[in-house]
Amino acid sequence: MGRASDSDSDNMDSGESITKVSVWDLPDVPQGKLLSHLELKRTRVFCASLAPTNTENVNYSGAYASMGVDNSVRFEQFRNNFKVEIMRLEEDELEFDMIGIDPSLANAFRRILIAELPTMAIEKVLIANNTSIIQDEVLAHRLGLIPIKVDPRLFEYMSENDVPNEKNTIVFKLHARCKKGSERLRVLSNELKWLPNGSELILATESPASHSSTKPKTYTSFSSSQDTLPEFSNNPIAPKDADIIIAKLGPGQEIELEAHAVKGIGKTHAKWSPVATAWYRMLPEVVLLRDIEDDEAETLAKKCPVKVFDIEDIGKGKKRATVARPRACTLCRECIREEGWDKNVAVRRVNDHFIFTIESTGALPPEVLFTEAVKILEEKCERVITELS
Amino acid sequence: MSDETDSLSRGIDKQYLASPIKNPVDKYQLIPEFLKVRGLVKQHLDSFNYFVKTEINKIVRANNEIRSTRDPSIYLRYRDVRIGEPSMIYDGVTEKLSPQKCRLSSLTYAAPIYVTVDYTSTMRGKKQESTEKDVVIGRMPIMLRSCSCVLYGKDEEQLAKLGECPLDPGGYFVVNGTEKAMGMESDQEVVQMLGRDPRFSALLLPSIEECANLKVYTQHQALEFLESDKMLNVFSYFSGPVEKGARALSILRDILLANVPVHQHNFRKKCIYVAVMMRRMMEAILNKDTMDDKDYVGNKRLELSGQILSLLFEDLFKTMNAESKREFDASPSARYILYCIKKYNRITSELGRTLSTGNWDVKRFGMHKKGVTDVVARLSYIGTLGNMTKIKPQFEKSRKVSGPRALQPSQFGMLCPCDTPEGEACGLVKNLALMTHVTTDEDERPIISLCYYLGVEDLELLSAEELHVPSSYLIVLNGLMLGKHKSLQRFANAMRKLRRAGKIGEFVSIFVNKKQRCVYIASDGGRVCRPLVIADKGVSRIKELHMKELRDGVCDFNSFLKDGLIEYLDVNEENSLIALYEKEATPETTHIEIEPFTILGVCASLIPYPHHNQSPRNTYQCAMGSGQNATVAVMSYSGYDIEDAIVMNKSSLDRGFGRCIVMKKYTAICQKYDSCTSDRIIKPQRQGYEADRMQILDDDEIAAPGEIIRRHDIYINKESPIVTRWIPGTSPTVLPDTAYKPSRQTYQGTEGELAVVDRVALHSDENNNLSIKFMIRDTRRPEIGDKFSSRHGQKGVCGTIVQ
Repeated sequence: MGRASDSDSDNMDSGESITKVSVWDLPDVPQGKLLSHLELKRTRVFCASLAPTNTENVNYSGAYASMGVDNSVRFEQFRNNFKVEIMRLEEDELEFDMIGIDPSLANAFRRILIAELPTMAIEKVLIANNTSIIQDEVLAHRLGLIPIKVDPRLFEYMSENDVPNEKNTIVFKLHARCKKGSERLRVLSNELKWLPNGSELILATESPASHSSTKPKTYTSFSSSQDTLPEFSNNPIAPKDADIIIAKLGPGQEIELEAHAVKGIGKTHAKWSPVATAWYRMLPEVVLLRDIEDDEAETLAKKCPVKVFDIEDIGKGKKRATVARPRACTLCRECIREEGWDKNVAVRRVNDHFIFTIESTGALPPEVLFTEAVKILEEKCERVITELS
Repeated sequence: MSDETDSLSRGIDKQYLASPIKNPVDKYQLIPEFLKVRGLVKQHLDSFNYFVKTEINKIVRANNEIRSTRDPSIYLRYRDVRIGEPSMIYDGVTEKLSPQKCRLSSLTYAAPIYVTVDYTSTMRGKKQESTEKDVVIGRMPIMLRSCSCVLYGKDEEQLAKLGECPLDPGGYFVVNGTEKAMGMESDQEVVQMLGRDPRFSALLLPSIEECANLKVYTQHQALEFLESDKMLNVFSYFSGPVEKGARALSILRDILLANVPVHQHNFRKKCIYVAVMMRRMMEAILNKDTMDDKDYVGNKRLELSGQILSLLFEDLFKTMNAESKREFDASPSARYILYCIKKYNRITSELGRTLSTGNWDVKRFGMHKKGVTDVVARLSYIGTLGNMTKIKPQFEKSRKVSGPRALQPSQFGMLCPCDTPEGEACGLVKNLALMTHVTTDEDERPIISLCYYLGVEDLELLSAEELHVPSSYLIVLNGLMLGKHKSLQRFANAMRKLRRAGKIGEFVSIFVNKKQRCVYIASDGGRVCRPLVIADKGVSRIKELHMKELRDGVCDFNSFLKDGLIEYLDVNEENSLIALYEKEATPETTHIEIEPFTILGVCASLIPYPHHNQSPRNTYQCAMGSGQNATVAVMSYSGYDIEDAIVMNKSSLDRGFGRCIVMKKYTAICQKYDSCTSDRIIKPQRQGYEADRMQILDDDEIAAPGEIIRRHDIYINKESPIVTRWIPGTSPTVLPDTAYKPSRQTYQGTEGELAVVDRVALHSDENNNLSIKFMIRDTRRPEIGDKFSSRHGQKGVCGTIVQ
């Protein structure tokens, strides 16, 4: 924020002097530092009235070498400049600022959050009876999308040849029936009942009367009950929201099923994505290029639909516009739309300052999600390093 | 404050204050009300109802007698024809039919045609008249939701009980289990009518000269000339010796201008008619402006299912009578003929066959049409409705003409300006607009007597000179000249008042053509018309209080019509002053539009903001009235979006965007054979190498609903006897297992799709064989190559799915 430039300095005027002097000896050329307009180009995206300009980052380390400025990324420098500021933290939502980071990294976090963080979601639905009008596969699809409040780190992935056991599968049961002659019934997600002992449905290949002494084989093979685990003993596994409508039943209709949730990632199917969405935007920067006073100030304040500008009294009945809430700016460019106004107001974005928002679906709190995402990126980097060495 | 009141009082426009108040009333509510009473396929239903109630009676009455030529005292006479309830005779028991039952068991939804027959029977050598009631002469396919349909007047709950969708519009037939809709056929019928003027004599001179050259001076000579070889030898089919000139006379009487009646050899009306026609023709030669426009919608008539069906029925009925008469001549026993009629099943089979193929071949009327019926498009509800309002031209589509394809100004409000296909049928195939109604025939007689009562002078009483006096107007009803009237406005206003009061039919049109000095009254069927609000001196008759009553449900659209607030105008009468909005009305305005968007058809009226689109986009959109339409956000992505391709987000597809369910029907029939044997269904193998393919079979040997069916799965484990022919001398015995060979049916779906058995239905078909139907459902998610579109004619295929 402090880096906002005031106005273009007139550096070039001195070049018109008659005596020949080397450019480097000129007193007002800053040594080892970029000229202010170049610095602006390096760190900002300009939001011109027609289209954003200067959208590409200057990544080449020697881009400013002729000016004696080093543009390479140094770890030390990154560590000193990088900042994270949490703006808002709620149960399912987190907004924080990531300052001093390359957009490629910010985007990497976003993509990991969406597609590579594991959660538990219903993958297999065993339908014992479904006389409702909703088709089996549609019902299964709806069940799959219900977020389950359980820490996926306590479970293992189930690969193709694995048998479902207490370490990789969570079993739910749903049995809803609408009595004949009663009102239409809504089946909500809270009717999904957790079965800590695994499936209760007997395997179809099992003949019912063969081994009356031994326990008949079911669709899962749990060796112990899940509720013996300390994490679940006082905290039974259930859907995150209790009021998601799964189906509606007419009189006489019935649904009886078992749903098996497994661990997976968003890349395979969006139902495993732990975030409703994760997104970022660059910090908007609104600069008044000259003093906007009195009536003009009023017009400017009125132009903005999100009230970025305020009007302050500067005495003697005079008023001046100030940029009060640049963060609220949606970059709608309404303020510079009118002819000539782009000479008064500059709308820019800071290209290494990201306002990052994470909306969790509820399996894990958003702050945990982000640290998990960092861990995954770390793992990936280590893998690259080991591959290379 | 005081300043303002001052300026106001000074600036008062007295004239403005005295003018009638035009409060713009929101008339939007009228449209749903209109659609509630009319529905979108009313034209089909009305047409069919007219056929069933009136037309069929006329046909039977016109051909009601079969008399033996050998003994003319023996006869057979039909009376009181009626259509019964939809039913079928099954093992001698009459069973009522419902449309859903017909769809499921591949039956024809038809009702018996009953007639009462009077005939001469001979009892102990004495002839006497006997009557037999309710003789079935055939079975008529019934249009759904028509007055003969079981669904007529049923409420939502009753419809649900019959397995019918309450939103289904009806207006189609069910023939052999498939839904067949008949389109509308547009007919070109330039209604040419009607003089003498000194300047025409010059044009007539050459014809008169020619007559003199040919030495034709008297009427008799003229008739002989017509019969001579110089004229076409079309008279050859008259048999027997006839007086010279009589043939020509009969042609002139019966065939030339058959719509003008001739009473007791009084040809005067016909003469006047021909004279008026010639005058028109000459006017057209002298002045091109008086030419009739053949593309003018007012000159066109629409043929609906009832009319087309009545032609077919008339032909079949006449054929049956002709065949009966042949039998009659061989054996003069009316009772036997009655037996023949009862056994006659050509009417039933031909009606069914013609409806299911859509090939109309009626030789008697020289009719050879193909594609009269279509299978109802059930891809989407709107597509179905769009299909029902389609109008096809009668002549071939290959004609490279632009005139009939161009948008006609007279189409306004009647036919949709957007909805037409691209390609060869462009502009020829049209669609009805939202509020258009197609008329059915109406009895002319009350209108004729009313006209004479209102002071129309009969043509018979007028001299030829009086015919063309400029001070009087010719009154024409349905192409028939009734006479002349002195006061044009008084006559027209009186007729309109009668119509608004409901004394004559609401669809009768009274059209004043000042140029031709004619008043055309039309009550014939097939005209297109639409409702408009009546305005008195530019002030709408509909006031806010009427709309309030409508909203409160006190009155409906019909009561508006009855109260004379709204009337139907056909294309000709539409040549009055119609204001689009109340605020635009001037004192001359006679009518005000109900809502501007009603100029569009069913498909076009569903486009959001169509007036912001380039015009062809709306046309493209109308053609895509099928399938699911989706609204999408647009973003470009490398090369996967060129040529209108769409890039899709995998997550949205995961979450269920664009899922669709495809249903397919598979049928298995347990055939019975001559050898008193039949196919059998056997228990599935639970062990062995084929058990895997049979795992979806239940213990009742048929695939169970809800089972996932894969490629090569057996859905019915059927066996057929090896010998199916009957060997004489053998008695029906139970065959051993070895006498059967497997004839199981396997599912041939594509690999990788998840198909599920949705429903299984068992019924017996028309040959009393057990027929099992499987509905197989397949849920599909969008993939590359699937077509998507917005609601603005912007279609494209999915180019890639982005992770």
